[in-house]
Amino acid sequence: MAVIEVDSLVISYRDPAGGRRTAVNDVSFRAEPGQVTSLLGPNGAGKTSTLECIEGYLRPTSGTVRIDGLDPRRDHRAVMDRLGIMLQGGGVQTGIRVSEVVELYAAFYADPRHPGELIDLVGLGTRTRSTWRSLSGGEQQRLSLALALVGRPRVACLDEPTAGVDLAGRQVIHQVIRDLCADGVAVLLTTHDLDEAETLSSEIVIIDHGHLVASGSPAQLLAADDADHFTFRARPQLDALALGIAIDARVVETDPGDYRVDAPPTPTLVAAVTNWLAGHDELLGDLRAGRRTLADVFGRLTGEPAAASGPRRRRRRGSTA
Amino acid sequence: MNALTAQLRTELRLIFRNGEQLLVSLGIPLAILVFFSRVELTSGATAGDPIDRVAPGVLALAIMSSSLVGLGVGTGFDRSYSVLKRLGATPLGRSRLIMAKLLAVLCTELVQFAVLVPVSLALGFEPVWSGWPSVLAATVLGTAAFGGSALLMAGQLSGLANLAASNLIYLLLLGTSGVIVELSLLPGPVRWVAELLPAAPLVEIISSSLTGADISVRPWITLGAWAVTLPIAAIRWFRWEP
Repeated sequence: MAVIEVDSLVISYRDPAGGRRTAVNDVSFRAEPGQVTSLLGPNGAGKTSTLECIEGYLRPTSGTVRIDGLDPRRDHRAVMDRLGIMLQGGGVQTGIRVSEVVELYAAFYADPRHPGELIDLVGLGTRTRSTWRSLSGGEQQRLSLALALVGRPRVACLDEPTAGVDLAGRQVIHQVIRDLCADGVAVLLTTHDLDEAETLSSEIVIIDHGHLVASGSPAQLLAADDADHFTFRARPQLDALALGIAIDARVVETDPGDYRVDAPPTPTLVAAVTNWLAGHDELLGDLRAGRRTLADVFGRLTGEPAAASGPRRRRRRGSTA
Repeated sequence: MNALTAQLRTELRLIFRNGEQLLVSLGIPLAILVFFSRVELTSGATAGDPIDRVAPGVLALAIMSSSLVGLGVGTGFDRSYSVLKRLGATPLGRSRLIMAKLLAVLCTELVQFAVLVPVSLALGFEPVWSGWPSVLAATVLGTAAFGGSALLMAGQLSGLANLAASNLIYLLLLGTSGVIVELSLLPGPVRWVAELLPAAPLVEIISSSLTGADISVRPWITLGAWAVTLPIAAIRWFRWEP
């Protein structure tokens, strides 16, 4: 049985400029125990609003959210006993020490994890007496993750858990998340990192402009993305029109030297392209057909270029998507 | 250790680790106590030893510094940095979080009294001991009034704006409370406004109680009204998230 159930969730609120803005529009999904479910989407897509509704911070305008069958707002106390959360940033007093805040949180729960072991687990064993303000961004993220896990939660909601974390820190966090799943915890996280979503998740929910665009396992999402074109590299300024007529398919030069054929990459068609190139004494560079990456799927579904993989680079934009 | 006790311990730890707050809570009241009990800046209407006027007033200032500045600034930054938001999503909950903060204020005031009363006695203050129950009652009302205003501001303003506003209001109340300058020496309209704010009534009640002077019911009503309305307003308008 799913631990998190989101059904037809709508979150809208009064816009400061007047009128109403709908942050989440009819989103439904499930998160199962022992699995990672990722909410993937561009900035402003509605991922954090969805997460905050599950955490009980926001009230749904319509639709329902349940954790273990409980309403996060009405049954707040019962939900907080089994939920561990990680905010996108902040959340800890700046002057408090690492060991102090983990011990504080341990006092909130009936059966907490041992603070010292948890601090070691997230790689902060040498920083127990450091204050929050003296930690690096990555160390703060790891401490936030530790606080989410103190109470042995059944559900962990993590908002961009590896944002601003270096490679070593990300590996620590990923291993912690895998261990959580092995213990049967349902992990729900938001991320911009497509590699992270693809390698870590059992289920990916792609949200854009508040709408559920696609959901499924990484394999399902990749398989469902129709291989309706393939690409190759060759000399710039080939006669794409002539090639297209010869193979009876549309050929477009997307960038100098990069060509896209808008037809499924059947063996016959691929052979026709290579034959035409050979007949015109043109060298063939890469030919890519078939397997896509999640970045391709994400970009096609949301119209956004794939976000940079690895540590998130904070880009300043005039407005969010 | 239960959740409330653990949170209270953390609040106290962070209060006493904050040098600036210690300066406001203890340093300034002590300095005022020692300086103004020795130096008569103005020939006021009240006869007698300056310590009799300054010592009770400093106790009132101690209450103000802890509940207005200490609670207000700390809560404001906690809100700005999403600490209130994060703690609200634990079994501790919002109610026990606020309770821990208020208990921390009362503990701080206890420490302040434990320091300021002996120093006052050493400087020659001779309180009327039967006045202490009234002082206790006024302390509770004053904490509610100033704590309520602190939370009202902290729940609305950004961390830095709240810091500036809290300290500014503390200084204004310091000047118009009757501790540094007797109220009778303030210009008429200023005195009229000062007597309507919670600081002057608090000082008047504590002073009268400890010096055995007569006291009317007016300062009690004024202070009581603020002690009820400000916390209600804070609860009504408090925003938990930055």
